[in-house]
Amino acid sequence: MAQRDVGLILMRQLASGLAVPVLLVDAAGDLLFFNEAAEVLLGQRFDDVGGMALEPRRRAFAFRDEAGNPLPDDDVPLVVAMRELRPVHRRVWGRALDGVDRLVEITAFPLLGGGGHLIGGVAMFWEPRRK
Amino acid sequence: MPAQAAGGATSGEAATSGSAATSGEAADRAGMRVCLWGTRGSIASAGPETIRYGGNTSCVEVEGREGTIVILDAGTGVRRVGDTYRRPRRLDILLTHLHMDHIQGLGFFAPLFESDFEIHIWGPPSPTQDLRTRLSRYLSPPLFPVRLRDVAARLELHDAPLEPFEVGGLVVDADTIIHPGQTLGYRVTDGLATVAYLPDHEPTLGRADLPAESEWTSGLDLARDADLLLHDAQYTAAEYDARVGWGHSRIDDAVRLAARAGARRLVTFHHDPAHDDVELDAMLDDARRLAPDGLEVLPGTEGSTFRL
Repeated sequence: MAQRDVGLILMRQLASGLAVPVLLVDAAGDLLFFNEAAEVLLGQRFDDVGGMALEPRRRAFAFRDEAGNPLPDDDVPLVVAMRELRPVHRRVWGRALDGVDRLVEITAFPLLGGGGHLIGGVAMFWEPRRK
Repeated sequence: MPAQAAGGATSGEAATSGSAATSGEAADRAGMRVCLWGTRGSIASAGPETIRYGGNTSCVEVEGREGTIVILDAGTGVRRVGDTYRRPRRLDILLTHLHMDHIQGLGFFAPLFESDFEIHIWGPPSPTQDLRTRLSRYLSPPLFPVRLRDVAARLELHDAPLEPFEVGGLVVDADTIIHPGQTLGYRVTDGLATVAYLPDHEPTLGRADLPAESEWTSGLDLARDADLLLHDAQYTAAEYDARVGWGHSRIDDAVRLAARAGARRLVTFHHDPAHDDVELDAMLDDARRLAPDGLEVLPGTEGSTFRL
């Protein structure tokens, strides 16, 4: 398999050292990596899941808005971030790999390589603080 | 003329001397020629204690079978190679990045000041400034008396494409590698032989070792199956611990990367300015002990020439 862009390599390395849950995809939307902190929210270990192409990933994850209405794929924060090349922050219900629904806040942003081209995207997950 | 290595083996221990007057003009067309004009990292460090490995900073000349000349980086070593081109011609300079030790020689590269030379300079792309603007920070007052726009040669500057491109009969691959700031490594092939050039590279940044997966290993594709790999080998393992993030390799990591890539020969490069010839010999001996069968580790000595 061809070597990844160095921006993705460095992002994965950074994510692996963070306690913030981070998920990394390539420019095509294929899942490349999520870190140990994200494993708790995504419901499986990365080593058990590995990489995942876009379509299986879309089937594996389901999102609803805060009111519980299904969220179309095109409105998922990471999809919006990569399509519109801007950061996106949104609170959603997410059903992950273990089938459990969790309320999470997602901060997603596109990754642009040194030449300014899209090389991937990052989603960071935050559990809303309970009052 | 730089000492020449027969059959592709290094002449590495030979001291640099002479005029190099025939470089690029009387090439043996039997194969690609790779000549090391500067192998030092960070800052030039000439002196009796560095005479064998040399004191000039990064510059490597590659001549293809058809006489195409590609110069990898323009450290202080580029001054001497520039004095060897007697006839008008096209020259291509491929810059890995714009740190001073890789561009400092540009202002003293004689063909830049000759109107009958056509010079193409390729460098890492930037999302904000073109290469001319970035290079002009150095090649303009107060840092340098002559402005880049005032040189006599026909000069063209290019952002190096991150996909294969042709220079004469040579195919060049450029890819970004781990080093502070946008930095490229290069792979040059004539279809029969390949030289890979990664002078500033820290493939184990934030890690204890190279990644287990090849696809996550910086620089691996550039180095893959290279006949000759010129790679950063600036530090010993002990030194690296205090220099993590500075953008350079432990010499043992360079050996591991070369072995993983299936390179046939590794040439140690970007020597630390604080290392004298004796220390570099000791590092080389250690690296050779680590190298697996099939990987030859050679000293990056200024003046060495390789035939591929």
